[in-house]
Amino acid sequence: MRAWFFSENAYHLLPDAREYDSIRVKLPNRYYDPKVGADLYHRFIDEWKIAEDLGLEIMVNEHHQTATNLNPSAAVVMGALARDTKKARLLILGNPIANRREPVRVAEEMAMVDVYSRGRLECGFVRGVPYEISAGNHRPTRMMERFWEAHDLIVKAWTSHDGPFNWEGKYFHHREVNIWPRPYQEPHPPIWITALSPGSARDVGERGYVVACFLTGFDGTRVVFDAYRGRRAELHLPTPALDRFAYAALVYVGETDEEGYAGARKLMWYLESNKVPPQFTSPPGYHPIAATVNAMKGAVPGIFKMFQQPALEPLMDAGLVFAGNPDSVYAQVKRMYDHVGGFGHLLIMGQAGFLDHDETVKGMQMFVREVYPRLKELRPSA
Amino acid sequence: MTANASGTSGLTIREVELEAVERGQGRPILWLHGEEGVDPALAALDLLAAHGRVLAPSHPGYGHSPDSATVDTIDDLAYLYLDLLAARDERDVIVIGCSLGGWIAAEMAVRSTDRLAKLVLVGPVGIKVGDRETRDIPDVFALHPDEVGRLLYHDPARAAVDYTALSDDRLTVIARNREATALYAWEPYFHNPKLRQRLHRITVPTLLVWGAQDRFVSAGYYGAAYRDAIAGARLVTIDEAGHFPHLEAPAALVARIRAFLDERSA
Repeated sequence: MRAWFFSENAYHLLPDAREYDSIRVKLPNRYYDPKVGADLYHRFIDEWKIAEDLGLEIMVNEHHQTATNLNPSAAVVMGALARDTKKARLLILGNPIANRREPVRVAEEMAMVDVYSRGRLECGFVRGVPYEISAGNHRPTRMMERFWEAHDLIVKAWTSHDGPFNWEGKYFHHREVNIWPRPYQEPHPPIWITALSPGSARDVGERGYVVACFLTGFDGTRVVFDAYRGRRAELHLPTPALDRFAYAALVYVGETDEEGYAGARKLMWYLESNKVPPQFTSPPGYHPIAATVNAMKGAVPGIFKMFQQPALEPLMDAGLVFAGNPDSVYAQVKRMYDHVGGFGHLLIMGQAGFLDHDETVKGMQMFVREVYPRLKELRPSA
Repeated sequence: MTANASGTSGLTIREVELEAVERGQGRPILWLHGEEGVDPALAALDLLAAHGRVLAPSHPGYGHSPDSATVDTIDDLAYLYLDLLAARDERDVIVIGCSLGGWIAAEMAVRSTDRLAKLVLVGPVGIKVGDRETRDIPDVFALHPDEVGRLLYHDPARAAVDYTALSDDRLTVIARNREATALYAWEPYFHNPKLRQRLHRITVPTLLVWGAQDRFVSAGYYGAAYRDAIAGARLVTIDEAGHFPHLEAPAALVARIRAFLDERSA
């Protein structure tokens, strides 16, 4: 198993939550102090470099118009990391390509990071959370159709080397596509895609990309991984290796369970501060009609209930948080691993909110020294 | 066309399937619904059916009309309904459109008024009035649902629907209506930048009807701009009604429409 360190680059110095109704989309940026923000950027980049020194891989994501994440351009921060690091794989998970107007620009940026890092880019594409819709100003209906067209155009831009080609699709038009630079890796950087539902997992499985699940817990993750494997079996494609599956959780390893839990409680800032009103959590067309109908009737899926009133114990029971002493964390990761049929990548959300630099680094060090070696040896039980 | 128990029937126009309410006898009236969809039990439809043969289709994606791969813009809907009138060889049609349906009706009329007798636009959207930083139409996709209710209704209590008391079928329709509205109206937001400069092409008598308490798009600002762009158009208001007069004041609305239909063409 490979472990990836990622941080949302949050701006945690927020006013009293009673002063605003949404941390996403509309929180005025007068609450952001660029001088503090500059220090935070440098701190977070330092932490990614420490992650590399410790032997972890690096993951970056992007969000827009939110204090929970100050990376509105993953390509920009990864450009800095491509220069500042030497050996870690660099995962962007990911580019919200259904919300980007110019897929060719995404192809260019990703090719540039790939060359700059001498072939260390792992390129993720994501649909994005519902709160990205208003911020991205892009229509929430028929998003996946637009997503896959953007993907097709990007891959073609990466793999065409004989001059311009023409693209006149349903969503994107570009008549002279001929990117410079082209990617360093052949035929292109490995592709990762996030999935929450069996339907999208099937589409990813068909193409053999890495499928990543974020905070989906035991059963939510198993359903997605099973759908991926099932789709490949249906099409008589080779059985996917473990490195096709990734799981993201909040992770904090302490010397004792108590220290691990204390770190995890600080990471939970990410869930606790996610105050978002319904117009941004449920833009029309983002969720399937049946899910919307259930929500109108008052049904809240268990996992979202946990986000509403986050508490450490239920989050750990559900497999969204791995925390405690090294033995505890190893046992928790292994339980998830065994439940979902194994996975090859653990995406560690290891910094959030008020977890300071020393605590963040200590959590990483404890993980690398005490847990990671055992995870590398994990094999699926027959 | 076959009727079913819910009072709707199905029709197919150029391979696009539509659910429709068809009611009454006499002169043809095409009713184009807005964001709220068309409820077969709508009082305004029964009142109108006393004055003509009302056809009220649900646009693709709304009500029980299936999604269409080929119809996903207001432009497509305008051509779809012009094709519908041609396929049925309807003549001297009264076209009535509410809000987003008014936008469709206006887009039909700037393309062709050959089969139209009169046009009634009830709180239509579809044009850009102010400058680039003026929000002519509140962003319903970025406002809390309670605030949207306050903007749309004279009596916001009408917007406070108890979802737990509704059937799954009704909830599905509500969810589909919202989704279809996002499909058609997301961007440019509830308008076509070119429509206002084309409205002069409307040569049939046109009545603009506005809820006097419409806080969503106001009569004095938005309605007046619409009126000024269509030669001879008149703008009238209905008391105790917000953006959907057909829901809040159906009798007054239909009485006003009837008076307009009974006028001799100028």
